[in-house]
Amino acid sequence: MSHTETLDRGRLIGTGEEPVPGIWRARLKTMREVFISRVLPPLIVIGGLVMLWEMLCSRPGATLPSPSQVLTETWDLITDPFYDNGGNDVGMAWQILASLERVAYGYSLAVIAGVGLGVLVGQSTWALRGLDPLFQVLRTVPPLAWLPISLAGFQDSNPSAIFVIFITAIWPIIINTSVGIRNIPEDYRNVSRVIRLNGAEYFWKIMLPAAAPYIFSGLRIGVGLSWLAIVAAEMLIGGVGIGFFIWDAWNSSLISDIILALIYVGLVGFMLDRMVAWIGNRVTRGTSAG
Amino acid sequence: MSNAYLSISQVDMSFTRGGTTNQVLKNIDLDVQRGEFISLIGHSGCGKSTVLNIVAGLLRATSGGVIVDGKEVNDPGPDRALVFQNHSLLPWLTVYQNVEIAVEKTFRKTKTAAERKAWILHNLDMVNMSHALDRLPSEISGGMKQRVGIARALAMEPKVLLLDEPFGALDALTRAHLQDEVMRIQSELANTVMMITHDVDEAVLLSDRIVMMTNGPAATIGQILDVELPRPRDRIAMADDPRYNHYRHEVLSFLYEKQRKVEEIDRHRGKRGGAEAAKAVKRA
Repeated sequence: MSHTETLDRGRLIGTGEEPVPGIWRARLKTMREVFISRVLPPLIVIGGLVMLWEMLCSRPGATLPSPSQVLTETWDLITDPFYDNGGNDVGMAWQILASLERVAYGYSLAVIAGVGLGVLVGQSTWALRGLDPLFQVLRTVPPLAWLPISLAGFQDSNPSAIFVIFITAIWPIIINTSVGIRNIPEDYRNVSRVIRLNGAEYFWKIMLPAAAPYIFSGLRIGVGLSWLAIVAAEMLIGGVGIGFFIWDAWNSSLISDIILALIYVGLVGFMLDRMVAWIGNRVTRGTSAG
Repeated sequence: MSNAYLSISQVDMSFTRGGTTNQVLKNIDLDVQRGEFISLIGHSGCGKSTVLNIVAGLLRATSGGVIVDGKEVNDPGPDRALVFQNHSLLPWLTVYQNVEIAVEKTFRKTKTAAERKAWILHNLDMVNMSHALDRLPSEISGGMKQRVGIARALAMEPKVLLLDEPFGALDALTRAHLQDEVMRIQSELANTVMMITHDVDEAVLLSDRIVMMTNGPAATIGQILDVELPRPRDRIAMADDPRYNHYRHEVLSFLYEKQRKVEEIDRHRGKRGGAEAAKAVKRA
């Protein structure tokens, strides 16, 4: 008897007292769990590292500025990213946008040429055998090694920088696209043969979607590499851009500016990577697994 | 000259790989009447899928040929729609779009947009998938995927519907359910169907005739069994039907007495590996 009584009481409390608050409590609970498991660990680690940095660089004789010093010295740059005093003396936002513009040109060209060449190499064994040795050798050439030759060819710094982006980003795009094309299941080909899709229909309706997960992983690697390359290339070519901003700050011994720029470079690179990943997820509609 | 709807005549098939030629099929002759349900049964590796792929036009016979409704088969086409063993739905398209891609291409000139839409919905309704039009293949069960695969094939209004072990990857209950559906659909549409199977019950329950194939290499048709059971067939009633059990016994004795598969692992691999690999590449 006592057993049923406790059960009943439990049910009464459950149903009578908290139908709506229960949902809110559960939601709050999951939010708290997410905070504890996802947000708290990076906060603690970053906080700890910043404190360590502060401690190490606050000692007399430290060569690098401490975080608090960086913050005070760059406060004007942080709060006014859009100032424009002409020439190279523009706000951080303009510097980053100038770099992003170069990346946009170079990367777009790399996407078009890379996917095109990847499809060719993925489709044709002859093209694969002919081009693969070339790809394998050229892709190991460091981005900056391309800069002098492109300066010689284009006679201008801006197209040279764009070319460096292009040549850096294209290899993973080509290679991943061709692997994606080669891995299209034979069944999909058979389906398209039974339906009698023509070449163009097969390309748009079967080949690109089937290879999309691979293509996007190439695009993601490519965007990361092109951001790496632009910062290095801009140091050499000058003009407005986050790379030259860093070099300029070094020449003016503005170490705090360099640190701020590095943080921005990292954040922008992270955002570019996430953006391509997000587009990839949308386009492949979560079928990336296969 | 036969007046069969589908006729396979003198088909030989061999795969050449690395200098060695393996004969897979030898002298396959088969006439199928319009509206007939034919099953091809045999041990795995006997080349029954190769026969189906030749009829589908995905493979070209080394010699001999296939005629469907008076026309020679040279390449694949919607008049010989194929239901693949592993459904092969396109994972980036929804259930509706997977049927749509076939219908849009097949009936672009003969049906209006509204008619095509109605036709897609009709075919999905026929396999009871109307509730999941906007689902992706990854969001539905294996049995449902195969239903959509069947709807896609039916929607092409094929002269011959080809089923390549369509229920092989499904659990027993789902399989029975889908077999019933296929029987119902076939009785409604009176399709000509050719099905590959290795399931004896499935063959007897569904077929008008069962084509039993000998073991490879150089497999051929060993025996053809007419299944004269009245339709509609009910699997529960059939279980006690002496005729059903007789047919079942016939097939079993062919497979396990006359064509008992001798597993000689070592020699077997060495000799047949090439042909199997070639087939795997073609079918994968």
